[in-house]
Amino acid sequence: MTDFTASPPGPAPRAPGRIALRWLLFILLGLFALFYLMPLFVMVTTSLKSLEEIRSGSLVAFPRELTFDAWRTAWSGACTGIQCEGLRPYFWNSVLLAVPAVLISTFLGAANGYIIAQWNFRGANLIFSAMLFGCFIPFQVVLLPMARMLGMMGLAGTIPGLIFAHVVYGIGFTTLFFRNFYVTIPSDLVKAAKVDGAGFFRIFWSIFLPLSLPIIVVTVIWQFTQIWNDFLFGVSFSQAGTQPVTVALNNIVNSTTGVKEYNVDMAAAIIAGLPTLLVYVVAGKYFIRGLTAGSVKG
Amino acid sequence: MHAWLERQIPKMVLAPSFVAILIFVYGFIGWTAWISLTRSKLLPRYDLHGLIQYKRLLAAPRWDTAMDNLFLFGSLFIGISMLLGLGLAILLDQRIRIEGVLRTIYLYPMALSMIVTGTAWKWIMNPGLGLEAMVRGWGFDSFRFSWIIDPDMAIYAVVVAGVWQASGFVMALFLAGLRSVDGEIIKAAQVDGIPGWRIYSAIILPSMAPIFLSAFIVLAHLAIKSFDLVVALTGGGPGYATDLPATYMYAMAFSRGDIGQAASSAMVMMAVVFAIVVPYLYSELRAKHD
Repeated sequence: MTDFTASPPGPAPRAPGRIALRWLLFILLGLFALFYLMPLFVMVTTSLKSLEEIRSGSLVAFPRELTFDAWRTAWSGACTGIQCEGLRPYFWNSVLLAVPAVLISTFLGAANGYIIAQWNFRGANLIFSAMLFGCFIPFQVVLLPMARMLGMMGLAGTIPGLIFAHVVYGIGFTTLFFRNFYVTIPSDLVKAAKVDGAGFFRIFWSIFLPLSLPIIVVTVIWQFTQIWNDFLFGVSFSQAGTQPVTVALNNIVNSTTGVKEYNVDMAAAIIAGLPTLLVYVVAGKYFIRGLTAGSVKG
Repeated sequence: MHAWLERQIPKMVLAPSFVAILIFVYGFIGWTAWISLTRSKLLPRYDLHGLIQYKRLLAAPRWDTAMDNLFLFGSLFIGISMLLGLGLAILLDQRIRIEGVLRTIYLYPMALSMIVTGTAWKWIMNPGLGLEAMVRGWGFDSFRFSWIIDPDMAIYAVVVAGVWQASGFVMALFLAGLRSVDGEIIKAAQVDGIPGWRIYSAIILPSMAPIFLSAFIVLAHLAIKSFDLVVALTGGGPGYATDLPATYMYAMAFSRGDIGQAASSAMVMMAVVFAIVVPYLYSELRAKHD
């Protein structure tokens, strides 16, 4: 903690200069807060206005008359191309896609991390490096063969196909998270458990998993944010009807049929962003931990 | 026999993931690399034709624009996000009572999809009804703000939205770094009467060099992979004024039916990522072993 505007060590008088500096600091911080909040504010207020009011009023004005029509349309009536069912079916696609993909990739990451950190055999570190390397590739480099592979597996344009892609390319990160968590657990624990006759699975279930709650939360949040917000896989590997919510949102916004309904666009954008935003508000601490853990190597 | 089997269990559990990575990462990179050396168009062809796709890439004006944009967008996005993130971190580090609230506000965009961010900013920067109309409504009738439909300015619109999304994250990285600086050294410097800005520039910032590096790596990685933000904000347009390598690759792969170009552009993207990431990874791994 470094603090230069408050009192220096020892008794210090509250000089007027310091107080002015303190005010300047708060004004600056406040202005930046406005900058970050402005888009959210504009999205919410626009979504609650009628089209008429949007055309006549100012971008940052509060709605004169609240209307939830745009929300209703965004959820169940807006057109993505030729279909006009709103975001609802695509929202559920994203749920159906994200839940299994998050669970499977987290579970695999836990098992892999446990092995690499605690059951080190020759070559394990090489395997870990190979997985780590996979975290860094731009997905464009696997997009074409993956599309063909999903076709050959009969999963082209399906939700299981998308789940598969997210699991395969999520393993690197989930393994990294769990491995870095499990290396901090002393290896004597495994040795002692082995002496007591516990095997590989027993040690995992009864000793390691119960210790892992914080890292499970971090990994689940990280994976959920990644998968829910994904657009590249969604747009490349899905077809009409199986698209995730991000792809549907983009289609609604760029659909050229009819009048441009900005209020519906904004309501749809909020709906698409709400789940990850909620996770962030509820578990921000873990969200940040995942970001920084991911950024140390990725 | 039983003991031997027992020892193989970890390998057997790890094997499926390892095989998956081998095929879906390394095998697929190999496939894309191979295709980038062929004359593949709509369908893959496997007879090699040297660097023909890379020559086509270099000759394509659209690719040229994409690479120029990547450089311009990348430097501004990284530069501004770093400056803003560092500035916010230093401001927040002054014993602010509502620090937690402010941190939450600065960082929330990072939780949003780039598609959501792009949609929001597209509306804010809408020339007829957004910021432009707002400022005109204040009486500045000649005010113009039409970046997203101006081929020369649209890429800066992408920078604004990108910075809005990522700078809070840089702030979080730097703030964690500021908190980890040894407090004793700073106290000693304060006792010696060294002014605050000197303490920052001479003591604190130099000790945070590794954080600058990781922030740079993360931002560069984000910049190169930027795809959704451009799609949602400008659709690559006007024309292809805001194309980036990622949108070029996608267009070639899925709308132009030119998978030779798609493969070669993807390989160039990977080369750019590795030119940045591999030296970093290497130094990280070496530092661990020492």
